[in-house]
Amino acid sequence: MELTRRNAILLGASALLVAGLPIHATASTDDAIAAFTGGAEVGEGDITLTAPEIAENGNTVPIEVSSETAVEIMVLATGNPTPAVATFKFGKLAASRSASTRIRLAGTQDVVAIAKLEDGSFVQATSAVKVTIGGCGG
Amino acid sequence: MISRRDFLQTSMAAAALYGGSGFGNWARVAAQQSLTQDKLLEFDTFGNVSLIHVTDIHAQLKPIYFREPSVNIGVGDNKGAVPHVTGADFRKLYGIDDGSPSAYALTYDDFASLGKAYGKVGGLDRVSTVINAIRADRPDALLLDGGDTWHGSYTCYHTQGQDMVNVMNALKPDAMTFHWEFTLGSDRVNEIVEGLPFAALGQNIFDAEWDEPTELFPPYKFFERGGVKIAVIGQAFPYMPIANPGWMFPEYSFGIRDERMQEMVDEVRAQGAELVVCLSHNGFDVDKQMAGKVTGIDVILSGHTHDALPEPVLVGETIIVASGSNGKFVSRVDLDVRDGRMMGFRHKLIPIFSDVITPDAAVTKVIDEQRAPYADALAEVIGKTADDQTLYRRGNFNGTWDDLICDALISERDADIALSPGVRWGPSILPGQDITREDIWNVTSMSYGQAYRTEMTGEFLHVVLEDVADNLFNPDPYYQQGGDMVRVGGLGYRIDVTKPQGDRITEMTLLKTGEMIDPAKTYQIAGWASVNEGTEGPQIWDVVEAHIAKQGTISLDPNNSVTVVGT
Repeated sequence: MELTRRNAILLGASALLVAGLPIHATASTDDAIAAFTGGAEVGEGDITLTAPEIAENGNTVPIEVSSETAVEIMVLATGNPTPAVATFKFGKLAASRSASTRIRLAGTQDVVAIAKLEDGSFVQATSAVKVTIGGCGG
Repeated sequence: MISRRDFLQTSMAAAALYGGSGFGNWARVAAQQSLTQDKLLEFDTFGNVSLIHVTDIHAQLKPIYFREPSVNIGVGDNKGAVPHVTGADFRKLYGIDDGSPSAYALTYDDFASLGKAYGKVGGLDRVSTVINAIRADRPDALLLDGGDTWHGSYTCYHTQGQDMVNVMNALKPDAMTFHWEFTLGSDRVNEIVEGLPFAALGQNIFDAEWDEPTELFPPYKFFERGGVKIAVIGQAFPYMPIANPGWMFPEYSFGIRDERMQEMVDEVRAQGAELVVCLSHNGFDVDKQMAGKVTGIDVILSGHTHDALPEPVLVGETIIVASGSNGKFVSRVDLDVRDGRMMGFRHKLIPIFSDVITPDAAVTKVIDEQRAPYADALAEVIGKTADDQTLYRRGNFNGTWDDLICDALISERDADIALSPGVRWGPSILPGQDITREDIWNVTSMSYGQAYRTEMTGEFLHVVLEDVADNLFNPDPYYQQGGDMVRVGGLGYRIDVTKPQGDRITEMTLLKTGEMIDPAKTYQIAGWASVNEGTEGPQIWDVVEAHIAKQGTISLDPNNSVTVVGT
């Protein structure tokens, strides 16, 4: 399965307040990743993050993470004042190691999912989500 | 063994050599002074399946003038690539003679004089004649409408799309997908779709609350034609709640959803589809990118960005067909489907020269019935263009229609700066032509046409321009919304299309004083087509009509206020 995206609801007037220029990752993102991985190297592999390319409403952006072999998946909104979104834990008997939720994004930014796999390694997927003022469709 | 891609490339080469697209023929008929309906429709029926594609009609029932863009900038991997080729470069690419019918239909140069020579284009009664002729060759040809059909005129507004529904029903489409239709509001869209005698498709039309597919808009439909099992998958405009007012259809969510497109292709193939057609309103660059990611689509019938291409573009094993807008073109695509695969194609982009193609009288009658209750209002002459003034819109930056609309906003609404949406619809007006009320509505009609007046700081104005510019010039097509740059009046700026968002727009200047825009200062802004609920103000068509009536004869100064670099 490829890196994929999903969309949400309507663009409210409030989007005007959050739209603007891309927000860059904060130091607390790096701290959160370091705390999760214990400093281990993060590769690519068995982790899929599904998020829309452009959010229909930055206040409620649907995202989904899935992995065949993850025991834990951490989701970070790297441009939010508080990047931590959620950490999902999966037991050995979990029928499906996937989770979906809706998150609020403070502006255009990367959403990152990092999975700790059964073998103890870490893999990461990133998806850029744009939060826009909108208007002017052809 | 010859691979399937080789077969498709052979079809491409044949198109170029023999004018399978019709362009060689056009040049010849022009030389012979014999542009006839038979020549325009000439086509050696090929293979066993025919597709007929119309898209982005924008409620243009009657013949119109429509000038193609002079500026259509491609960015990233699409720099200089079709459809981002205009004018002389376009004619050179496709071997089109200057001054020929195809030059008039597909490029912008000498538009006014060629328009007087070759006449108007489009008209759904002429489109019907072309469809009937194709059906005479191939009775079970599929007619597919790419959407943006129930929007864009006086009668469409006043009948809430019923005029277009009635006329299109007379043409008997087999399936349709959507964009501006949703700006009628979800109640009205649901009401029309529930009664449609053909399929309303959109694999990416979702229920917003539960983020799951809707029942009203199925992802695909199967057709059995010429002994071939065909699946048509719909792809609605992905960014409807962002580019248009989402509050008008809050129950629906869209998005590209290319992973679901792949699932749908796999699903229909598993059910025995021998030919997979995607009826798309993605826009051309998005379709190209999607064709590179999703495998198993044979044909993408592409809409939204209003490109008219004389030949399909081949991406992997998928051909992408672009059929213009405003009723100006019909594409015919004949396909050879054998052993469960598309092995070749023949294609022709048929220009609807209104004076050459005989109207289908039955459809003329239906059209006239829709217009009759509004005939007097439509025909009222409000002003005229000067002898050297063409009004047009298409292009990445201001067209003259946009300049006129911005002038109207500034003078009628007493503003410093005007903003007008970068839509791609709206017919053109030739020099010395009367401007009727219908003409004004053709470039302004919409369900959220209120002309607002508001204050913005220079800083916020910059954010707005940067935001819209990124919707057009983001190097990744999946982040583009397919419109053009917001049009501005009273404001000059410089744009470097190669820069990232936030750095593209510089040197913003208030034209009336010549001063640079101050980020901290507040300016009076007039605009229209806000996506925000509760926008107040007079309707834009009334603002423009009042301005034109005061001017009488329209003559605009050349607009050099936007400097574009990085192209």
